[in-house]
Amino acid sequence: MRSIPFALAGGLIATPALAGSITVTLPRLPLAEYKRPYVAGWLEPVGGGAPRTVFVWYDLRKGGNEPGTRWLSDLRSWWRKAGRTMKLPADGVSGATKGPGSYTIALPGNLAPGKYILNVEAAREHGGRDLVTVPITVPGGTARGTGKTELGAITVAAK
Amino acid sequence: MSRLAKRLAGALLLSTALVPSMASADRSFIVPSSTILAGNSNTVTFDAAGADHLFFFDHRPIAPETIIVSKPDGSPADPVTPVRTRFRTVLDVRLDQQGTWKVASRQVMVSGTLRLNGEERRVGGRGGPPPGGAAMPAGAPAQGPRASAGPAPGAQAGAAGPDGPGGQRRQPPIALADIPAEATDVHLTEMVNTTETFVTLGAPTETVFKPSGKGLEFAPITHPNAIAAGETARFRFLIDGKPAAGVKVTVVQGGERYRDDVAAMDLVTGVDGAVAVKWPSAGLYWLGAEAEDKHPAEKRAEMRRMLYSATLEVQTP
Repeated sequence: MRSIPFALAGGLIATPALAGSITVTLPRLPLAEYKRPYVAGWLEPVGGGAPRTVFVWYDLRKGGNEPGTRWLSDLRSWWRKAGRTMKLPADGVSGATKGPGSYTIALPGNLAPGKYILNVEAAREHGGRDLVTVPITVPGGTARGTGKTELGAITVAAK
Repeated sequence: MSRLAKRLAGALLLSTALVPSMASADRSFIVPSSTILAGNSNTVTFDAAGADHLFFFDHRPIAPETIIVSKPDGSPADPVTPVRTRFRTVLDVRLDQQGTWKVASRQVMVSGTLRLNGEERRVGGRGGPPPGGAAMPAGAPAQGPRASAGPAPGAQAGAAGPDGPGGQRRQPPIALADIPAEATDVHLTEMVNTTETFVTLGAPTETVFKPSGKGLEFAPITHPNAIAAGETARFRFLIDGKPAAGVKVTVVQGGERYRDDVAAMDLVTGVDGAVAVKWPSAGLYWLGAEAEDKHPAEKRAEMRRMLYSATLEVQTP
């Protein structure tokens, strides 16, 4: 039911070939013991409506009694707003954790035109939690933001 | 200081022998170790207590036998083994079902006064020793504070005998089941105290909020495991299944031991039985509600006092 707006949008609007991209920078932290953070990115329509997860990086492979999914709730905002109602792993959304560096993620091709808030949240074991929010207009908008601790520069360009 | 105040309050309560208030100095709560969880299964530990400070353990445990754990599908959870210690009851619950779980304690007590052979007597608890027994009931206050509280206004001097500091023995309370047929002026109040908390594994569900239709109940409009700082949550209260207007609701953030100001939010439910709570910051909160009416389940009682409390965790935005 929550995905209806997107389903409708996807059906009504012609899908552009390239919808744009998000660049996420994970800073190099001077720590003796560093675990790769869990990171999620999602779009919230400004006018309200269901959030849409663009990517989530977590320990995909760890199974057993304490699977990697267990710590997804540490991405507190994402988990409460979007993650806990998703079925994971999700095709094209779930990914493995990543070390320091810059990563480019494609925006969904069927995003309905409008104003959104892009959220990028990171949480690291024995480390901090960081949430960057940037407004973005689809199509054509560009924006950037910067994290405080666990995230570096975040840029987004919607084609 | 607080203990002395409590003893004084207890002494006043006993000497006036009016309707005992359950809104005593302490607050009841059940605190979960986590409220929002991910993964296939997880274990949450709960501390159940009544205490002067939120959420510390400084007064009494909640009796383990009053605690019921409900699974997301509404069925009771497999028996767990609570541990009762001096100040709290500890309970581990293995979450083996996705959705929202409820851990709740419910206590019902009937107490008050009656007149027997010209004497005013208290009713409540498990009663005292058999008539003629010499022992004071356990937990009776010391003579000092009682004496300082003055003679019982309800007691007639001739019948009750001397009530001064000379050391008159107080009559033990009479248990509800032992009220003699010849008792007159029976004035009883039923007290229902419910304490709950909620935790969610995976996606939130609503089954555990299904009202029983009895007494004061919490019927959240905003899911209690989906509340965040800066946002406004709406909660409805029901009495006997119907929206309860005019219920006093108090919201206090934990850790007031470290603040000068308790900063309690005092709210009253509207005609729809609902209150709106705007959360100033993330953390653990205590929500209390109280109401009274003249519809006790116990037929001999005149009044019903209902207390409800919930422990809620407000997330970061």
